Amino acid sequence: MSWLIALCGSFLATMSFGILFNVPRKSLIMGGLAGAFGWMIYVLLARELGVNIVAATLAGAFGVATASQILARFLKMPVTVFSIAGIIPLVPGGMAYDTMRHFIENEYTEGIRLGTITLLLAGSIAFGLIFSGVLTDTFSRRNKPIAKSSSSK
Amino acid sequence: MTMASVTKASVADIMEVCLLAGKIMLKSGAETYRIEDTMNRIAQTYTVREVHSYVTNTGIFLSVDSLTGEQSLTKFLRIHERQINLNKIADVNEISRKITLGQLTIEEAHIALQNIEKAPLLYPFRLQLLAAALASGSFTLIFGGAFIDFLPSVIAGGVGFFLYSKFNRRSEVKFFAEVLASFTIGAIAYLFFFLGLEIHIDKVIIGSVMPLVPGVLITNAVRDLMAGDLLSGLARGAEAFFTAFAIGAGIAIILALLM
Repeated sequence: MSWLIALCGSFLATMSFGILFNVPRKSLIMGGLAGAFGWMIYVLLARELGVNIVAATLAGAFGVATASQILARFLKMPVTVFSIAGIIPLVPGGMAYDTMRHFIENEYTEGIRLGTITLLLAGSIAFGLIFSGVLTDTFSRRNKPIAKSSSSK
Repeated sequence: MTMASVTKASVADIMEVCLLAGKIMLKSGAETYRIEDTMNRIAQTYTVREVHSYVTNTGIFLSVDSLTGEQSLTKFLRIHERQINLNKIADVNEISRKITLGQLTIEEAHIALQNIEKAPLLYPFRLQLLAAALASGSFTLIFGGAFIDFLPSVIAGGVGFFLYSKFNRRSEVKFFAEVLASFTIGAIAYLFFFLGLEIHIDKVIIGSVMPLVPGVLITNAVRDLMAGDLLSGLARGAEAFFTAFAIGAGIAIILALLM
């Protein structure tokens, strides 16, 4: 049951965020699936296998990003159309809230501990996205960037 | 690749098309490197000798040198409001793809970009409100809330997002809209609790503030930093921090009042 909630919940949440971010209509459902995919990886690792949440978030973000890369190729859209809404379930909003609450209650040590985890989680999401992007760029030859530097000669 | 159809354009025209593309992307919340890359590619396709672009999240600098000995141009464009709109980013991307394949003349590209700029939001406000409410409920569930928490967070999240959008349009200070929205969310959550519903207040609040949380800003900030766009990375980071702080402050006021 909890699996079903996680799956449907993350799909709905990601798709709703797709609407908030004005993603193109034809990518709405696929983006939702990418988000659910990433969240299921996170839940599997963090809740079932007891992996550290930072590592689990990294894996989840990597999953979202890789799924987004593949979708972007097939539907010929920028990767961010899928990945930006897809990573939202992994964003440590709850952790940021807890951090703030502990500061309010004058529990500064606990606040700093949670704040540090929040930063690490945000960093691991970004790293997962970049890591996937770099891997795809390295291993696909079709998509070579046109001269990165500005001058043509 | 048929480059033949691409006619040589004047530097001023190239400049205009590049800046328009950059402006739409920046207003829609694209990453810095994507904007710079798009402008550079467009300029190079219309054959210029050199192009330099520099994008921060509040402005664009673009400098274009022509092949023909025409005078080079440098322009600056200031951006005031930004709203995430991935549809526009995808549309500009499509235009830029067509330009680099040589399928659009500079006039056609200009008209196409102007149409993108004028296009209204893809989803009407009512649908966005519904999405925000639904997202709040879903987040409460996947963050470990019970079914009884679903409806309260749908209501709190919906009202919070509604207030945020309305006040954000009225006031110059985004901070105020965020504080007000999260304060209301906290108030509604506690209202349900005091009415006798056995909800998990923490889960309801966390789920309901998610539509306001600057998740995109945070990740774009780190991405910009890693790509070497240090200035815009730090600026986006500061914006994200202030948004998070505003949300926390709103909740904090409620907690402080009730304690």
